[in-house]
Amino acid sequence: MISRQLSTMSGTVPPIVSVVPSRALVDEKIKVLVENLPPGSPVTLHSLHHSEDRDYWEAYGHYVSDHRGTVSVAKDLSFGGTYTGKEAMGLLWSMRPVPGSRKGLRLRKRDVCSPMLVNISVHSGHIAEGFRQQPPLASALIERWYMAPGVQRISIKETGVRGTLFIPPGPGPFPGLLDLWGDGGGLLEYRSSLIASHGFASLALDYSSSDDQYPLFSSIEAAFSILKDHPQVIPERVGIYGLSLGSILTIFFTAESAVIKPFCCVCISGSHIYPSGKSRKGMNHLLLTKLNKVRLDENNHHIWRDVGRAIFHTPSNQVDVGKVNCPMLLVNGLDDQNWPTVESAEDMAEKMNAVGKGHLLTRLEYPDTGHLIEPPFSPHFRATNFIVEATKEKVIMLWGGQTKPHSDAQEDSWRKILAFLQHHLYSSLTPKVKL
Amino acid sequence: MDRTQSCVKLSVKPSRGLMDEKFVVLVQNVPPGFQLTIHALHKCEEGHSWEAFAHYTANTTGTVNVSEDPSLGGTYSGVEQMGLLWSLRPVPGSKPGLRMRKVDIQTPMEVTISVYQGHQTEGFMDQVQLAGAVVERWYMAPGVRRVPITEGGLTATLFLPSGPGPFPGLLDLWGGEGKLVESRAALLASHGFASLALDYLTPKITIETGKIVDNSYFETAYRVLEQHPKVVGSRIAMMGLSLGTSMTLKMAVYSQVMKLRCAVCISGTHVQPIDGSLEEMLNFCRENAGKIRVNENQTIFRDLLLPIPTDPALKVDVGRLQCPLLLVVGDDDENWPAQESAVDMKDMMEQAGNSHLLTVLLYPKAGHLIEPPYSPHARASTFVPANSHQELVALWGGETVAHSRAQEDAWRKTLVFLREHLYGCTMTVEH
Repeated sequence: MISRQLSTMSGTVPPIVSVVPSRALVDEKIKVLVENLPPGSPVTLHSLHHSEDRDYWEAYGHYVSDHRGTVSVAKDLSFGGTYTGKEAMGLLWSMRPVPGSRKGLRLRKRDVCSPMLVNISVHSGHIAEGFRQQPPLASALIERWYMAPGVQRISIKETGVRGTLFIPPGPGPFPGLLDLWGDGGGLLEYRSSLIASHGFASLALDYSSSDDQYPLFSSIEAAFSILKDHPQVIPERVGIYGLSLGSILTIFFTAESAVIKPFCCVCISGSHIYPSGKSRKGMNHLLLTKLNKVRLDENNHHIWRDVGRAIFHTPSNQVDVGKVNCPMLLVNGLDDQNWPTVESAEDMAEKMNAVGKGHLLTRLEYPDTGHLIEPPFSPHFRATNFIVEATKEKVIMLWGGQTKPHSDAQEDSWRKILAFLQHHLYSSLTPKVKL
Repeated sequence: MDRTQSCVKLSVKPSRGLMDEKFVVLVQNVPPGFQLTIHALHKCEEGHSWEAFAHYTANTTGTVNVSEDPSLGGTYSGVEQMGLLWSLRPVPGSKPGLRMRKVDIQTPMEVTISVYQGHQTEGFMDQVQLAGAVVERWYMAPGVRRVPITEGGLTATLFLPSGPGPFPGLLDLWGGEGKLVESRAALLASHGFASLALDYLTPKITIETGKIVDNSYFETAYRVLEQHPKVVGSRIAMMGLSLGTSMTLKMAVYSQVMKLRCAVCISGTHVQPIDGSLEEMLNFCRENAGKIRVNENQTIFRDLLLPIPTDPALKVDVGRLQCPLLLVVGDDDENWPAQESAVDMKDMMEQAGNSHLLTVLLYPKAGHLIEPPYSPHARASTFVPANSHQELVALWGGETVAHSRAQEDAWRKTLVFLREHLYGCTMTVEH
């Protein structure tokens, strides 16, 4: 009441926060502009997101307005906060749980049909806390979408296969991608819906259930076939896109499977380990034999890199990558604490070169980047809660990476991944259109 | 089975935008020199289909960029970034006299953009597209709140911008067809103005009692805004289109209650009996109805108020105006003598010594319905004046390309004008 009287008495109007575009895909950049501030005033730009899991995530930067009372996040520099320097997207990629949050959180969107809402606000002065106690000077709400308009979402529930198929808008048919996301978390659709928004029919597969219900390996082969046979998919242009365990499976299937012959693959944070026993049980058993190699850091977070090393250094545990016949893009972080992905990549390159297939491999390796290389502008998670499938233990897993370089890697690799997929799955098609 | 393959890539960015935002339509991966047609299709709320299309030739990299390359023909030609929207027209075989308007502004307008081989002009529905995309065009930015207002006997909707506020306010009036038109107020709120769309011709109170509202109705609307906790009471503007201009000028000059910070008058006139209110204006029009012309089944209303009277009792004394006024006028306005009025208003203000408050934006070959940009232009459409049941075809005027340019330019200048007078700051050109 008092503040309203003051403002009507003096007739002052608040600053204006505008964000363009206000509705965008999660991999699209935004321009945040604040106007009508007093000239040369120190302000804090703050972003706030209330997640589906009911946690609060935030980021903030310290700015100074110019002689016209304007702050442009795309052009000006941040002098403090969760990011510094000229960072147009800093308010998104540097987000982290607010103080007092539960530990080990990870931000992943489950419902891709609704947008992620982020509130961008401007506060007086250079502050580092108390954002929710002090009302902002002005704010704007933005929507970040994992799905473009017109993308179709189709639930797949066939024998042994549980997943979601995303078809881009348009007549089709489209190149296809089998999306093997990482372990844990159930059916995660967000990467598939985003990839479909870029013109690829993408099938996100849930392979987190036990062998008894959905035998893992036959499930993956069945999913690949479902994709190939779909009327909206070009059967000769189906690839695979994996992360972590998904990449391990991708490399294995590409080399060994009679059914799965991808046109190209993208493997993020994986390695060429032979999934022992070709089943979930088999893989779990293999992990259990090397569990003694798990190290703990100073926070008691689990470092599994040596488990991976121990497995990988046993030749019988390696996939014969000489059998790979398609282009493969490997994306890894040099600070991956979870799995020896870069060492693996080196070994793969050596083995493939030896049989004259080195030209099929492209390796992207990023400094100070961890294991979870996700779509751009997603927050970085150095360590998060994880349930180890093999032991059912709840731990905090150290993934690695430092926020700024890791975010740069996410942004850079995403663009390169899309270009790789575009090149192999689109450009190589001979047009049926006649001049 | 031989399935046709297409590797053509079509993208529209942003895929979700506000109605007044530009987008970039890009076609890639076609052979160099390839001839193609880009087609836009929209099914409006009333169920009619609207389309636009343009012919392009791909460059040496197999790309067509609508914001950079010229259209060689279609519903627009030349380099027209937004041509696929503003040149939309009813598909062949549609009912005549259609005008595109969205009533539910909480959902987006959906447009399907497609690419076809060759330079096509018809039969799109029977052909195979090479690629397609869907674009959403929104009236409300995220966080904008829509609040129906019934207090004080008003029939109105308030749109509040995102954020804590308080915000400058704006009273938004449309024209002679009545009803509550929310589209512009929703967009203005998306730009930071707490905007109240007001139905003054067909409000509940008029429908129920048969009584036409008077000046106190508008003053009530002003008070509702002024007293609203999210509105800066000392910074309220008024905007009117067509008949809405008449009420805006009346209130701006004569109201003791309303202290407007600035006013925007689109396609309007100051000609009206200065005594009384809306009813007197409507009666005045009825008395002069003999001057209405009908040409080839199209009704031309403009002569109703011509010649511009010399009698001071018949025109708002704009020499007494104390706030900045922006007049937006098309020189091909067949519905209202907006240009003649603007000339007379300028004269009056120069004589009174307050012409420094006046800005006139006169657009060549623009018609009467100067609306927010990228909406299709209707040179004539069916029109049912409020509180009458007589449907006729009104000639609005304007030539499509010039009219669309006028809409784009006028809107931008209007936002700058409002920003300056209501926020006290100039707009950054960044966006």
